[in-house]
Amino acid sequence: MMKLFARNRHVVQRIGFSLITLMAVVTVLPIVGTVIFILFKGGSAISLEFLTGFPHDGMRAGGILPAIVGTLYLTIGTAVFSVPLGIAAAIYLAEYAKENQLTRLIRLAIINLAGIPSVVYGLFGLGLFVLFLQFGTSILAASLTLSIMTLPVIISTAEESLRSVPQSFRTVSISLGATRWQTIHRIVLKEALPGILTGVILGLERAAGETAPILFTGAAFFLPRLPGSPFDATMALPYHLFVISTQVPEMPIQIQYGTALVLLAFVLTMNVIATVIRSRARARRQW
Amino acid sequence: MVENKIVIENLSLQYSDGTESLRDVSMEIRQNAVTVLFGPAGGGKSTLLRCLNRLNDLTEVKASSGQILIDGENILDPKIDVVALRRKVGMVFARPVPLPMSIRENVIYGLELAGEKRKSKLDEAVDRSLKLAAIWDEVKDRLDEPAIALSGGQQQRVCLARVLALQPEIILLDEPTSGLDPISTGKVEAALLELKKEYTVILVPHSVQQAARTADYAAFFLTGELIEYGEGKSLFTVPKQKKTEDYIMGRFG
Repeated sequence: MMKLFARNRHVVQRIGFSLITLMAVVTVLPIVGTVIFILFKGGSAISLEFLTGFPHDGMRAGGILPAIVGTLYLTIGTAVFSVPLGIAAAIYLAEYAKENQLTRLIRLAIINLAGIPSVVYGLFGLGLFVLFLQFGTSILAASLTLSIMTLPVIISTAEESLRSVPQSFRTVSISLGATRWQTIHRIVLKEALPGILTGVILGLERAAGETAPILFTGAAFFLPRLPGSPFDATMALPYHLFVISTQVPEMPIQIQYGTALVLLAFVLTMNVIATVIRSRARARRQW
Repeated sequence: MVENKIVIENLSLQYSDGTESLRDVSMEIRQNAVTVLFGPAGGGKSTLLRCLNRLNDLTEVKASSGQILIDGENILDPKIDVVALRRKVGMVFARPVPLPMSIRENVIYGLELAGEKRKSKLDEAVDRSLKLAAIWDEVKDRLDEPAIALSGGQQQRVCLARVLALQPEIILLDEPTSGLDPISTGKVEAALLELKKEYTVILVPHSVQQAARTADYAAFFLTGELIEYGEGKSLFTVPKQKKTEDYIMGRFG
């Protein structure tokens, strides 16, 4: 009797494991499927002209260079504002702030910031940056809007990375006559940097792929030239994809998928960079 | 002539969680000697050490009173320069914590913070302090390797060297050999005997045996109170207090 029960338990465990494994495999399918599908449908559109030329014939032919460059500008612009601010906020929260009413309020704000729908950020950006501050529909306004959206990701991953640096390093450093800032700057930040970078890249990658926040703040339907200053509007990959998929009749399908493929490649490349940084740092870590 | 380096007067300290750690402790600590603070866990030894370099500033302390004079200056005064104090009063911790950098960088870390940039000075400090900590022969060919690659005993001596590089006047050691094998422990203890010629050494030992081996002066702490304080030789052979005797004889603790 006992023996039979034991064998049963073994069988149950096997079934359980198989189910869990199956589910893990299922999560891989959508990403692999998407990549293969987009590659298959849009691969033929990729050419030197497609990557380096301007659109013509009402965007039904030619290249998508202005959208690629625009997305690059927006990503850099977002980084310029969100990275220093996000890291500074994380340092304050992890290293300086005591647990009190104020820090609880800040944390609550960050959590809620992360939950706001991206189109709401877009409207907020329109109101504040485009209209009130009179930046116009511009790279600057769009970058600032994307920055606000990216901040919570950067702050929370950076804070986590800072907190994961062992407390004993700080105690030892202080005991050797370091000030708090010297300790942060020489030990803590250095050790937390790979984790912080990973968060930064993941945040920026999301910003690069967003449409709604730039819709009213900086994205242009079509521009015959590259933007020349931060106060110019710009084309951008996600918005361009939206435009050619919904606003342009008789659009050749491979151009849509080609654009999607370029956007996907852009975002996945950032992802790979983040992964490489993280795994390299793990291998080198001395604690 | 034996001088008092440190004078502690009526020191009491209470942590924020309500635990009382030190109760009205008064003692004088001699220069160029090894003073041992011993007793069962929770007696306030580590707390006292951490008062001497103001490392307790990092902890939530509810109340403290009394004063600690080092060379006549009250170091508990909020106005004193704590960074300068910590350079003068070095500390070695129970668990060796090499900073995530090379052996050489570990040793010169404090000096670089203090603004020393001259390579000759830094090299000389590496040489001198590693020798003084009795670790030079073992690491001289691998100074640029990560300090974490060393064994625990070696790490602890590098940590000692890191403190010595700053040329402090007082060295605090909080159970520095608790995680070490007997051979490494012997090396650290031998280094201490050498050190007291130049420095004032205050040691929290990890056992009564180590206390008896190393102490010029010994202080027995029990639940935050200083029970007995005197020369090591007499305290460990003919203790005056019953509690001290019981603890040394292993009747409790």
